[in-house]
Amino acid sequence: MTLLQIDKLTLDILGLKILSDVRFEVDRGEVVGVIGESGSGKSMTALSIMQLLPHGTSVTGSIRLDGEELLTKTEKQMCSIRGADVGMVFQEPMTALNPVKTIGDQVAETVMVHRGANRAEALSIARDTLNRVGLPEERFPLSRYPHELSGGQRQRVVIAMAIALRPKLLIADEPTTALDVTTQAQILSLMKKLVDEDGMGLILITHDLAVVADIADRIVIMKSGEVVEAGPAVQIFRAMQHPYSKALMAATSHHPVRKAHRMAPDTVPVLEVKSVVREYALPRRSLFTRPGAFRAVNDVSFKIHKGENVGLVGESGCGKSTLTRAILALEATQGGEIRVGGEPVTTKAGASLAARRKMQVVFQDPYGSFNPRHKVRRLVTEPFHLMGRDAPAGSALDARIAEALENVGLSPRDADKYIHEFSGGQRQRVAIARALITHPSLIVLDEAVSALDVSIRAQILDLLADLSDRLDLSYLFISHDLSVVRAITDRVMVMKAGQIVETGETEAVFSNPQHEYTRQLLAATPDLEAALKRREIVTA
Amino acid sequence: MSVGFLPERKRGLWAAAFQSKSFALGFAVTAIFILAALLSFVWTPYDATALSVAEKLKGPSTVHWFGTDHFGRDIFSMIMVGARTSIAVAFVAVGIGMAAGVPLGLWAAAKQGSLVDEVIMRANDLVFAFPALLIAILITAVFGPSAINAIIAIGIFNIPVFARLARGAALTLWTREYIFAARVAGKGALRISAEHILPNILNLLIVQGTIQFSLGILADAALSYVGLGAQPPTPSWGRMLSDAQTMISLAPHMALFPGAAIVLTVLGLNLMGDGLRDIFDPKLQRSRT
Repeated sequence: MTLLQIDKLTLDILGLKILSDVRFEVDRGEVVGVIGESGSGKSMTALSIMQLLPHGTSVTGSIRLDGEELLTKTEKQMCSIRGADVGMVFQEPMTALNPVKTIGDQVAETVMVHRGANRAEALSIARDTLNRVGLPEERFPLSRYPHELSGGQRQRVVIAMAIALRPKLLIADEPTTALDVTTQAQILSLMKKLVDEDGMGLILITHDLAVVADIADRIVIMKSGEVVEAGPAVQIFRAMQHPYSKALMAATSHHPVRKAHRMAPDTVPVLEVKSVVREYALPRRSLFTRPGAFRAVNDVSFKIHKGENVGLVGESGCGKSTLTRAILALEATQGGEIRVGGEPVTTKAGASLAARRKMQVVFQDPYGSFNPRHKVRRLVTEPFHLMGRDAPAGSALDARIAEALENVGLSPRDADKYIHEFSGGQRQRVAIARALITHPSLIVLDEAVSALDVSIRAQILDLLADLSDRLDLSYLFISHDLSVVRAITDRVMVMKAGQIVETGETEAVFSNPQHEYTRQLLAATPDLEAALKRREIVTA
Repeated sequence: MSVGFLPERKRGLWAAAFQSKSFALGFAVTAIFILAALLSFVWTPYDATALSVAEKLKGPSTVHWFGTDHFGRDIFSMIMVGARTSIAVAFVAVGIGMAAGVPLGLWAAAKQGSLVDEVIMRANDLVFAFPALLIAILITAVFGPSAINAIIAIGIFNIPVFARLARGAALTLWTREYIFAARVAGKGALRISAEHILPNILNLLIVQGTIQFSLGILADAALSYVGLGAQPPTPSWGRMLSDAQTMISLAPHMALFPGAAIVLTVLGLNLMGDGLRDIFDPKLQRSRT
């Protein structure tokens, strides 16, 4: 008998259809990858299994766990199933733990609630479980608090909470999306190990095909609340039937077409960073000693030439965001020099308007980068502040707005809309229009495509590549996602602990990494093609 | 939770506001008192200061709706004129608090961690550390009791409330990416505060303003109760209560009506504030912006 059987599941919220006729199965010891973009209903499916749906939802169909129907159970009956028979792991390890309770208490709590065990028993089960998820007693006693752990370690605690009672089914909703690549690889292999040991079923929900390619036994692809394709993993990946799955697959490994880059030598570089140091003061240890300093950026130097796209990769905390803020003159530096098109940025008084005019920025979050109270016209013209009296006005201004919006594939009529009328991908286009409007020579893209769905990401990458070719723009492309960097840059720099450890032509670095750290990063990056090949060899 | 799934609201803020029952009720109660205060400029049933000893201590009747006091003054008329004083004192005091507190808070947030920030916020702590009414009594004792001094005293204690609120809200906004984008566009702290921060924290300030307004009315009533607010013969709710105190067994209506007026205005304003807070709640706002 299959462990979990979802049949004809239909769900609507206040009359709005969210899921229609969803059906799939999960067996014991099986990993099922549920894949879809935002709004595909993948998380709602998971919440239906847990019966944790928002008010105003109506559900029909059937969800059977071990032959028992879940949809007809009362809230009280569901409480004894949640946590005991079905465990759940969420995306954000930073908010999934209670910051004022120790990790031991949090894991023990589940045990005490469901087993009625006393505290000592519960704590000993908690200890065993934490050992199993790779948090050994010597380094991680039960008395640790969540803030003393890193993101990956916290996610291990969350997993420990979910599996403490050895549930039959574990649901993981984007469990690695908020983590660095090396941590992601560790968490994925941990979950695979636990599935094999306990023989539980795992539903792994993700937007990233490459993440599931390695560990999923079966794949379910969802779109707008429907299952468009389902079947054994390797088979599905090798022979996709549905046009949407094919498009999704293509978008995942999308490489925008770029013209061969011609370098104009001996001109003033667009960006020149010379032995830049950025330090943060640490808290004072005592009244009489000088406070120490943390070096977030340590002696970094590089140049970007006209029309060149340079990638800067590294994991969180490596100093790449700090360096970005220093280049954009948002923060002071403690040493070295930054010049944009020959104009100094690192002066006492901050960057001159002349320097600022030559660079612009696009941020990660398409929802947070606009003042919600202004119209697009006002949002995209904000950088004209840099031009002072030279800023265009009247019909010249309208022409510039139209030009910028057309450059990013929007209509000039969009200028009179508010930002909430746009989707995430369109907002990112507006952000690029804002960056383009002063005709800068350098655009800093700070994780600019990381928050987007894969199909939207592919379109934005195409747009960026096209703009770079057409307008001779240089990009400094900051990202933790190596496959995206590989797609769009000419050169790449790898940053670790405030220093650039490797730099070179993108293809050369990716195919033949020199530094140990670069090799680690590349090995941890999920690679769809390589994973499939590995698995085909095993099964063959 | 489920509201986030509703189709986008096309109606304006006012229409949305009256969806909230507590706002509608609070607004109605407050509006009655404001209208009564405005009406008192042109018409009251009797002259609020006219003494008529023959009519003294009459209970509520069709002639004197709320009865008369120990000098035979008409209580309904006195409450109407008293509303004028209370509302004026509280309104100007909140105005002073906002006009001084909000710029200070925005300035402190823009210079976060600097000496300016420290000085402004520690000065705020200092003002906060004193019981507001005590200092109000001190001010009125030194400069003499009058409505103007009551306004100044209550106003000063509204400054740190607004400064803290503005600073706290502004600090979270300063880490938003659109503020970074504005800084990359070379805009200075003053301009960013006025153009991006202030409009986005205005809703918080309005909610707090409503609540401070009701506290102002209470403070004014308390000050005039101890004789430090508006001076006789100008009627004020607080003094009407203190006059009623000695007559409480003889003429309870003298305490009842001004007391009810204070309770109802404060309640109305608080309900309005609560309703506004619901409307401006960030979770609900997401469906609108």
